[in-house]
Amino acid sequence: MKNNNVIEVENLTKKFGNFTAVNSITFEVKKGEIFGFLGANGAGKTTAMKMLIGISKPTSGKAQVAGFDVFTHPEDIKKNIGYMSQKFALYDDLTVKENITFFGGIYGLSRAKIKEKRNELVEELGLQDIVNELVGSLPLGWKQKISFSIALLHSPTIVFLDEPTGGVDPITRRQFWEMIYKAANNGTTVFVTTHYMDEAEYCDRVSIMVDGKIEALDTPKKLKEKYNADNMNDVFLKLARG
Amino acid sequence: MSISVQHISKSFKKVTAVNDVSFELKEGELFGLIGPDGAGKTTIFRILTTLLFADKGTATVAGFDVIGDYKEIRNNVGYMPGKFSLYQDLTVEENLDFFATIFGTTIEENYELIKDIYVQIEPFKKRRAGALSGGMKQKLALSCALIHKPKVLFLDEPTTGVDPVSRKEFWEMLKRLQQKGITILVSTPYMDEAELCDRIALIQHGKILQIDTPQEIIKHYPKKIYDVKADNMYRLLESLKSFEHHYSVYPFGEFVHYTDKREDFNPQELQQYLATKNHQNIKIEITKTTIEDTFMELAK
Repeated sequence: MKNNNVIEVENLTKKFGNFTAVNSITFEVKKGEIFGFLGANGAGKTTAMKMLIGISKPTSGKAQVAGFDVFTHPEDIKKNIGYMSQKFALYDDLTVKENITFFGGIYGLSRAKIKEKRNELVEELGLQDIVNELVGSLPLGWKQKISFSIALLHSPTIVFLDEPTGGVDPITRRQFWEMIYKAANNGTTVFVTTHYMDEAEYCDRVSIMVDGKIEALDTPKKLKEKYNADNMNDVFLKLARG
Repeated sequence: MSISVQHISKSFKKVTAVNDVSFELKEGELFGLIGPDGAGKTTIFRILTTLLFADKGTATVAGFDVIGDYKEIRNNVGYMPGKFSLYQDLTVEENLDFFATIFGTTIEENYELIKDIYVQIEPFKKRRAGALSGGMKQKLALSCALIHKPKVLFLDEPTTGVDPVSRKEFWEMLKRLQQKGITILVSTPYMDEAELCDRIALIQHGKILQIDTPQEIIKHYPKKIYDVKADNMYRLLESLKSFEHHYSVYPFGEFVHYTDKREDFNPQELQQYLATKNHQNIKIEITKTTIEDTFMELAK
């Protein structure tokens, strides 16, 4: 694995019976990059992502994430990545503080470290007033920001975000992206899926999956040039419509 | 009026979900409730489809009162809830047949209305609904909501989590239904879809921020918006936010939308400021206002 690649994928394939959900995809993601992983519903994004985070075994091909092989070391991958699912996955009936402590413990951080991280997080997100509130009572935008911060709690090399901003209001959506920029600026690699095409523009590079294959992969600027499109929405429509 | 909502409020324990909301839909209108999760959109839908009582206010749908005439309303409206609510273990065809029967009609009788949509899922008509992809579930749900030829169609976030291609197709279907005379109330968190409605209500925290045609709403935006671009987006945002005259700074696709506090703002001055901050390839251009800009300004 090249030094500055956090993901290296070669001919990665996943079949369910006769159905090929992911069809021989090849790409790499560099350290500190914001990588947008786009595609229509059913194109195979979630299946590909599940293989990369070590919870689904590929049928064939090769893949390394954060220096570990997805076939032989899925447990090491899980310890070294952050993951935020499109479905909210914090505990609604624990407070913000309790959730942070709980996930810190899961990732094996020491008590002192958890406390330090928690204070940092409270300060940064301005959580002072809600740190003792049940997470279930918070608005969606807050939940998503807290989920993202918790996914970064153990300082992973890479964080996977699966549609983190679906349904979130436009202001919070932008605050969320500023958090992503900040994480990337600090050297964390960000792998993100979204259906908002303006968000695709915020990525350093973007791949577009169509029927299990990666049909395009480049910077938003080059993709727009190549497909003679004004924006990423047009690129997406041209590609995914065939 | 096809729908009339007058001063509706609804609270759940401590939370005021809908706060003194009023609006009206003319017959055949395509009206959008535009707002994020938690804005109160679903509560409004549930009140209008007679599934929930409002604490205050009155509402009529297709001329019927939501409380006194609830049975008539149920016969005259189609409702597609945000959450997939068909029978997962019935097939596509069985679901459709079930809804037709409930409303005392048949698939054949109103086939013309759903034809455009249904042909796309007809090849899978023997498949159980639970085994369909997201896009196909959405088409089946719309077919079921239409099978009794409703006067008014309620669509609660039909495109949330749906990719741009399917979203576009879905809106093309809505336009065709509208041409058949059906009044449509649709909600969405996607601001770009607002521009496809005849009129919209921008809503947040249970309050309506503004109601008008998308064009008028855009026209009322008080400031000039500039597209700003430079090589490093993160640094650009930081620099713009520390510029003392900035009014708002929001990432917008490949640009940052910038507005200035002053009436007599000169973009040249910003250009110079960014240059002193060592930004490369700076571009500043005046740009068009979008619904999303307006929403953010009203929601501030």
